[in-house]
Amino acid sequence: MAIQIRARATAHGGSGRVLGRVTRNSVPIEVRGDYLRIVPVDQADTDDLTGYVAVLFEGTPARELTEGCITGYDILDFLNDDYVVAVDMGNGFTRVLYRPESLHNAIFATERCNSNCIMCSQPPRDVDDSDLVAEHLRLIDLIPAPPARLGITGGEPTLFKDGLVQILARLKERFPETPLTMLSNGRMYAYEEFVEKLAAIGHTDFVTSIPLYANNAADHDFIVQAKGAFDQTIQGLYNAAKHGLAVEIRVVLHRQTILGLPALAEFIYRNLPFVRHVALMGLENMGYVKKNWDLVWIDPVDYAETLETTVRHLFHRRVAVSLYNLPLCVLPSSLWGFARQSISDYKNIYLDACAECGVREHCSGLFASSETRHSRGIRAICAPQ
Amino acid sequence: MANTAFQPREHFSSSTCYSLLPFRFDRRDNGDRLLVNEVGEFSIVAADDFDRFVAKTLDPAQPIYSELKAKHFLADDSSSALFDTLAAKYRTKKSFLDGFTKLHIFVTTLRCNQSCPYCQVTRQDEGAGAFDMTEEMMHRSVDLMLAGPAPSVTMEFQGGESLLNFDIVMEGVRYSKERNAAIGKHIDYVICTNLSRLEDQHLDFFKEHKVNVSTSLDGPAYLHDKNRPMDRGGSHATVTRNILRAQEALGREAVSCLMTTSKESLKYPREIVDEYIRLNLGSIFVRDLNPYGYAVKARAAVGYSSAEFITFYKAVLAHIVEINRGGHTFPEAFTTMVLRKVLTPWPIGFVDMQSPAGAGLSVVLYNYDGDVYASDESRMLAEMGKSTFRLGSVLENSYTDIFFGETMQMIASAACNEALAGCSDCAYQSYCGADPVRNYSTQGDIFGHRPTSGYCAKNKGVIKHVFDQLLNADPDLERIFWAWISREDVNRMRLTEPAWLSR
Repeated sequence: MAIQIRARATAHGGSGRVLGRVTRNSVPIEVRGDYLRIVPVDQADTDDLTGYVAVLFEGTPARELTEGCITGYDILDFLNDDYVVAVDMGNGFTRVLYRPESLHNAIFATERCNSNCIMCSQPPRDVDDSDLVAEHLRLIDLIPAPPARLGITGGEPTLFKDGLVQILARLKERFPETPLTMLSNGRMYAYEEFVEKLAAIGHTDFVTSIPLYANNAADHDFIVQAKGAFDQTIQGLYNAAKHGLAVEIRVVLHRQTILGLPALAEFIYRNLPFVRHVALMGLENMGYVKKNWDLVWIDPVDYAETLETTVRHLFHRRVAVSLYNLPLCVLPSSLWGFARQSISDYKNIYLDACAECGVREHCSGLFASSETRHSRGIRAICAPQ
Repeated sequence: MANTAFQPREHFSSSTCYSLLPFRFDRRDNGDRLLVNEVGEFSIVAADDFDRFVAKTLDPAQPIYSELKAKHFLADDSSSALFDTLAAKYRTKKSFLDGFTKLHIFVTTLRCNQSCPYCQVTRQDEGAGAFDMTEEMMHRSVDLMLAGPAPSVTMEFQGGESLLNFDIVMEGVRYSKERNAAIGKHIDYVICTNLSRLEDQHLDFFKEHKVNVSTSLDGPAYLHDKNRPMDRGGSHATVTRNILRAQEALGREAVSCLMTTSKESLKYPREIVDEYIRLNLGSIFVRDLNPYGYAVKARAAVGYSSAEFITFYKAVLAHIVEINRGGHTFPEAFTTMVLRKVLTPWPIGFVDMQSPAGAGLSVVLYNYDGDVYASDESRMLAEMGKSTFRLGSVLENSYTDIFFGETMQMIASAACNEALAGCSDCAYQSYCGADPVRNYSTQGDIFGHRPTSGYCAKNKGVIKHVFDQLLNADPDLERIFWAWISREDVNRMRLTEPAWLSR
């Protein structure tokens, strides 16, 4: 079952968005500026609620409410203590930003993007969100203990330019040991000064995951709907390598990328031998995928052979390769060793057919968005002997 | 809000105007063209596509257009970033030049206890002490080696039979380590020996100082002993016994064998390979005869044509591939080097097939008498009375005299196959090399004459055969070739099963 990460309430006064670390117990007054207090129904008469960034009440208490109090939430069981949460003080909209127990935490940097990929699962929005940098820095400060790993995603995080440099520097300062993966189209890396600034931070475990969809500009630019993007990304990859920023390549598998996939693998091997990992990724049925279904959908069962050829090509050449978001039942068993359980826990589901499956515990499962529309190959597999 | 007015592919297409980038081509038997460019990327193009391609009428919407562009056979107005990748690939392919001379050969003595008819040196009798390298010569030679810029060098002891002057080998290792302590290069040690006089103290020394052993094994006893008679007989029995001893003492990886093909060898492609397998050797290097030393005089008795060699090589390779298909990892070294040149962006360190040529640039030889030569072959030529490629003397000349003197410049003038007649338009140029020393010795001038060159006939024959194999390879053969390239076990090159499945 996918995990709940959002809640709504009736707001009570105030405006703007605040961030805080969840607690159900009283914390010392001097640190309350970092905390967001949850008040369960049966404790609505708790007196001392001053100093918190916000106080969230389950249900609607009879007491008089002060500034920073929001009421009318359902039971907030999914908000564990030490989660970092953002609350819109205007309408009470509450969203989890960080869960300490999860391996899938990411800083959702921005909704803006300079590309407009035909299969984007999270279509960009052209909004002014420059104030988000401060919020992300605040989030980093509120994370209670070093994360096992952390992502930076978007939109296109590099559009923050110096803001991203600040974010990376803060992460390096607070969590020097935490491996970071940033999803970026790499186009801003074509500006060498920018790459130099990021490299100068000296984070030793920072990987930029950059999509490359074809071995040529026409096909790649069509898929990302931006003329000149291929050249910028290639230039960006070279600049990253030149300044010692680690890069991996991500390829979303769909109707427009499958045909050229083996040639792309060879292109990566010949031209980008510094790439440390190539991830080949199943489609998430969200955003533009729904709109462009006929243009992008191809059943994984129908590209299994091409996929095997491509994986073998990279494997022979000692390029690390992984398959993301593809359930084992749609893959030839020769590729099982490359399949990863990659789908973020909060949007990861299994279908009824999976109940009987003998390899389910090793399987990526599906995106929640694929519940009704998915490969015809989904089936239970007998447990290996 | 999001912009959902998507543009069609045509909107992003290249213009219809493109330029050709430098490449060379060959016609294959089925009429297809094999195109190869400066960085060793290749493409198979159908004849009619090829005609359109060179006439600049190829349609950008055709997949072959994208392939030729991605592999740098053509450039159009959206190729700016691709020129940087082309430059990087070219730098990478030529990066064997980084650091300059890496292989340093020390001729410890000319004395030898064998009398091989194809000997490439001109051996002296066992007792002839005047042909030994002295301590002073060794010291001066090592000083010269350490004066070079290469961060990593190989110090190779050769003969004659190097174990006959073992004291100087020990001194060479000791002195190089002592002098290198303040310099900090990485030094690999190799000794070339027929192993006939191998003693335990030699093995102890090799083990202590990580000296790899390179020996010669031509095949089963009836062949090896015919090729390599020893004064007191029985050389095959001795060498095989001592190969096993050395493997046991130093590890299998530390012992390698060179195989020299004589006329007699041509009859035994399978038997030679099987002998290597029997001795648990890790690989074989099928070498043709070098036209130096006694091999020239004995040509009628031991020689053969390039065509005969290629036929033999194909038979050897076929047998080796069958062995690998059976799960036993056993590469052929020359094929592996060609594969690496064809299939990878990396260079190889094999000095006999490079452009610029290895002589002087990648390899240098210090003779027992203090003379410095551009290569092993250069001193063989000198032993025959032609000291054309003598770069100087460790006693009289400076590093600059030796490596940048007139002789070196003369060699360099013929060192690039990009600029040699017959090579400059050869499809296989990027995979081949230049050998001014060999050209001089066999054809009388350093530039050579390709139509009658044995070097050309052999290399071209092998490279073409490797292409025939590659272009018709089933997944199993691909897996074997990549295991050779990656120095990996052929069985471990199968797509990895997940741990939970093999548990």
